[in-house]
Amino acid sequence: MTTGTDAGAQAPAVTARRGLLQRGQALARDLWIGAVLVALAVAFSIDSPYFLTRANWLNTSSTATEVLLLAVGETFVICAGGIDLSVGAVLGFSGTAGAWVMAHGFAGATGPAIGPVAVGFAACVLTGAAFGLVNGFLVAWAGVPAFVVTLGTLGIATGFGYLLNNGQEISAIPGSVVTFGNTNLGGWVPVPVLITAVITLWCGLLLARTRFGMYTLAIGDSREAVVRAGINDRRYLLEIYLLAGTLAGVAAVLVMARLGAGSPASGATDNLNAIAAVVIGGASLFGGRGTIIGTVIGTAIIAILLTGLVLVNVPPFWQEVAVGAILIAAVYIDQLRKRKASRR
Amino acid sequence: MSPRLEVRDITKHYGGVQALGGVSLQVNAGEVVGLVGDNGAGKSTLLKILSGATFPSSGQVLLEGQPARFASPADARDAGIATVYQDLALAGQRDVVANFFLGREKLAGNWLARRVGWLDGKAMATHTVSELARLRTRIPDVHLASSDLSGGQRQALAIARAAAWTGKVLLLDEPTSALGVEQQQQVLDLIRRVSGEGIAVLLISHQMPDVLAVCDRAVVLRLGRVAATLARPELTSENLLGYITGAISGRNQ
Repeated sequence: MTTGTDAGAQAPAVTARRGLLQRGQALARDLWIGAVLVALAVAFSIDSPYFLTRANWLNTSSTATEVLLLAVGETFVICAGGIDLSVGAVLGFSGTAGAWVMAHGFAGATGPAIGPVAVGFAACVLTGAAFGLVNGFLVAWAGVPAFVVTLGTLGIATGFGYLLNNGQEISAIPGSVVTFGNTNLGGWVPVPVLITAVITLWCGLLLARTRFGMYTLAIGDSREAVVRAGINDRRYLLEIYLLAGTLAGVAAVLVMARLGAGSPASGATDNLNAIAAVVIGGASLFGGRGTIIGTVIGTAIIAILLTGLVLVNVPPFWQEVAVGAILIAAVYIDQLRKRKASRR
Repeated sequence: MSPRLEVRDITKHYGGVQALGGVSLQVNAGEVVGLVGDNGAGKSTLLKILSGATFPSSGQVLLEGQPARFASPADARDAGIATVYQDLALAGQRDVVANFFLGREKLAGNWLARRVGWLDGKAMATHTVSELARLRTRIPDVHLASSDLSGGQRQALAIARAAAWTGKVLLLDEPTSALGVEQQQQVLDLIRRVSGEGIAVLLISHQMPDVLAVCDRAVVLRLGRVAATLARPELTSENLLGYITGAISGRNQ
């Protein structure tokens, strides 16, 4: 408990003003990072006539879906004071497992093959969920630090993914999967983007407006307070990691549907991008603070950097440099604000 | 009428070490009873037993005359005994409303809202405002993060929360120890108001002025036993200190 603010807060009127100010600051943080996004978009569209085109929107939004789904799950985990390093690897393994089920279980399937596809998709999601359960169980009940647990399952999922088909991707899946992943509704909205948008909206409400979201943030804020309040903190931690794993499984479905194959290597770079998106979006790595809208903005910045830099003829490898720099800058500015606020 | 809370001949051993050697006390509804004693006198052990954190080795706890045995802190709380520890157990970045309702959130009315756990934020805020106003706590804005409250306001929030949800017995552990003079006074006023609503309050404190200001009686523990139970006019600073240090001994057991 901090007691450093006592002196300034004794008179009620002063405290009320600080409350407004503080809420203004939270808004300013969101606006600030939103302004970075807008500035990037403006700069790229000035620099390249191709930036504000349908083709670039389809490309950018499709690549953003997998990062966003991972980042949305990661938001819950980080808000609860944890970390999930495994989501990218779980995406890779889940996709490979789903494709393996379709390729080996229903080798002769022809036509739309709705049954086999449904089983394959379910295998993806369930594989992701299973890893989420393992992570959650080890963190909540075994008490192993989240960083260690998910670093372990990162390795395990990566290894399983490569073991499944000797490191090769599996592309012998029904053609309807690819059709599903590459259909654009109205020419502008790819099906994976729509699915991601619906899930993201739901998760945004879940975090901000429901008891589950409240407990997620409260666990990250003070686990002791949550336990004393008689809340089953372990159950909620398990559900939080289960959510992150399940969303990684859903992301695996969408990636597989877009690329027409299950690849163990897909998702390998999404891990850090997802965590960066959450942190750029204003979530605290110490837990207790974060929003889905912030994560959406963070993901959009990363996605725009990836496609935009290509359009303006900068080698795409600079994207990783830029994301890293923005990540550090975002956290640094946030720390400055906090220090200023606590000094007042 | 039986007392709200009664402790009968409680003992507690940790291995060969005796922490409590047969302690008895009573707290009536609407009464504030101080529990004082030097470090190691057994205050914390008794608090742990009453709040369900540990079992007594022997003896009984009675709640409104009925024997009570708590398997866990949640058990004690459900039976009507709320404990406010020194760390207050507030979630710092959550607002006053969230902390007031933590673990008892109000959900919106319809079936779907209950299924998904949709919070009724408006009703929760309204209820928090009215509860805090009833106890006349000086918390200016229920949407402030609890870490932005002053120490006294945080203490008031923790006490008001405990009083609002568990209407029988309130155990307070050093509620004024980290506060400035004016805030101490506010918290003591709040303790009076809480007891005025018919709650039995057991106040653990090292601050003799607090005990003298707010308690109807004080139980002095010394070396795991009750050295004295002092009611007015015997409840004086000299007597408290005398029994705490052992300079006075031999009465009341």
